[in-house]
Amino acid sequence: MQALIEILERNALTPREDLARMLNLSVEEVEQAIAGLEAEGIVLGYQAIINHEKWDTDLVRAMIEVKITPERDGGFDRVASRIAKFEEVQTCYLMSGGYDLLITVEGRNLREVASFVAEKLSTIEAVQSTATRFRLKTYKENGTFHHFEQTAERLSVSP
Amino acid sequence: MFPVAMKIAEHVKDIPRSGIRDFFEIVQTMGDVVSLGIGEPDFATPWHIREAAIYALEKGRTGYTSNLGLPRLRRSISDYIKGRFGIAYEPLSEVLVSVGVSESIDLALRALLDPGDEVLYHEPCYVSYAPSIVLARGVAKAIPTRAEHEFRLTPEDLVAAITPASKILMLNFPNNPTGATMSAENLAEIAEICVKHDLVVFTDEIYSELTYEGGVHTSIAALPGMKERTVFLHGVSKAYAMTGWRIGFACAPKDMIEAMMKIHQYSILCASIMGQDATIEALERGTSSMESMRREYELRRNYIVNSLNELGLPCFQPKGAFYVFPDITSTGLSSREFSLRLLHEKKVAVVPGTAFGASGEGHVRCSYAAALDQIKIAVERIGEFVSDVRKGNP
Repeated sequence: MQALIEILERNALTPREDLARMLNLSVEEVEQAIAGLEAEGIVLGYQAIINHEKWDTDLVRAMIEVKITPERDGGFDRVASRIAKFEEVQTCYLMSGGYDLLITVEGRNLREVASFVAEKLSTIEAVQSTATRFRLKTYKENGTFHHFEQTAERLSVSP
Repeated sequence: MFPVAMKIAEHVKDIPRSGIRDFFEIVQTMGDVVSLGIGEPDFATPWHIREAAIYALEKGRTGYTSNLGLPRLRRSISDYIKGRFGIAYEPLSEVLVSVGVSESIDLALRALLDPGDEVLYHEPCYVSYAPSIVLARGVAKAIPTRAEHEFRLTPEDLVAAITPASKILMLNFPNNPTGATMSAENLAEIAEICVKHDLVVFTDEIYSELTYEGGVHTSIAALPGMKERTVFLHGVSKAYAMTGWRIGFACAPKDMIEAMMKIHQYSILCASIMGQDATIEALERGTSSMESMRREYELRRNYIVNSLNELGLPCFQPKGAFYVFPDITSTGLSSREFSLRLLHEKKVAVVPGTAFGASGEGHVRCSYAAALDQIKIAVERIGEFVSDVRKGNP
């Protein structure tokens, strides 16, 4: 199962037949295993990694550090889920250290992100403060390089 | 004929060029070939190892090292071998760092052989064994291994090959080109024969880290009574994807290392310091990157073995190295015909089994140290080729 998850994490589109051959399983067994992972909520979804320097180049992404006041019942979870529900929010993590939540927000342009912070995020009562950092360039995302490294020449036949 | 051609030494003239080299030259003339002919990892050296080497260069570490290798590296090698194989070598007197394992093999042969001494080795095997023996003025004696034994060396075949002139037995498991491995029990039987017939054992364990299915690799040097008669050979090329750094090492009793060192000191001086610095990083902190490459090889191995067997090119599931050695006799072609026609008709390079000795006939070596998409294309084309051939030769 470990090997299956590793392959799917690298390339969720790997054909079932290839998975079967790599894992010494039948195609049916592979399908069952994947269905099992999905049913148990271990595999939550499948997404493409997009190079936004080539597509939708105006898209703005910001990482926002958020300090919040935990609630008496529910601690950080209730506030976090409230924030996470905004469609602008792509990821939302509880962090150790100087702030509590790290969220990534996407917007059409700078103003859209700024207004989300000013109007939606900061106005939540439990939010004490925010610090917004805009992404300038992506080098690597989910283990994938955005700028492909030149692969070195190798001998085509060697001992 | 140029005069110099008349002056080439007889024993060098007699050595055939490597069959792999011939084949490589044909492949070079063709574009767009999908190659399963590569005997090295397709990964670049893990970044943290390259980084450590860059750091060492920045610090100006660019000089010669001690002949035997950097003391720090020899301590790392000694610790690594103790931890991984359970054999204790004294770092400063029983370890020699060489330019790949190939150099160590040459040194060890030259250190032990008097003209006419016989060296036994199992075949199919790495291309350099027989020529290295001949260059060291020994007599090369191949012991064929067979598919029915999954290319293990059997005690019966070994005993049958031994003569009073036999001095050395060379072992290489996991094996290039067959992927064969030997269990501790298999090795114990071989060890007993070596003790009885007073053979020195060279054990080339360059693929030992690439042992699959969670299998435990046993070194013959770890068996009782063997350390004192064994030259243990290993390096970082295959496990850590460091072929181009050219770092191997030999571990053996002090007197043997001393004899090898004399030859090494006058012919090579020392292995490159850049390679040695990188090797320290690999051995001390490289386990997890090595393991992730090993997991990848294992998946590809499964893929290629399942695929070739489906095509009717039978091969056993090798437990080590990164080669499969399918039986191609069902096509009615020789190894060489199969490889040449596959190359010309489908642009897929595999290596004829005969490049690894006459007993490789009927097989080809396919390396799975290639990206999975390349392996997929290659296997598809091999399938088309085999079915074309079978239609032509009903």
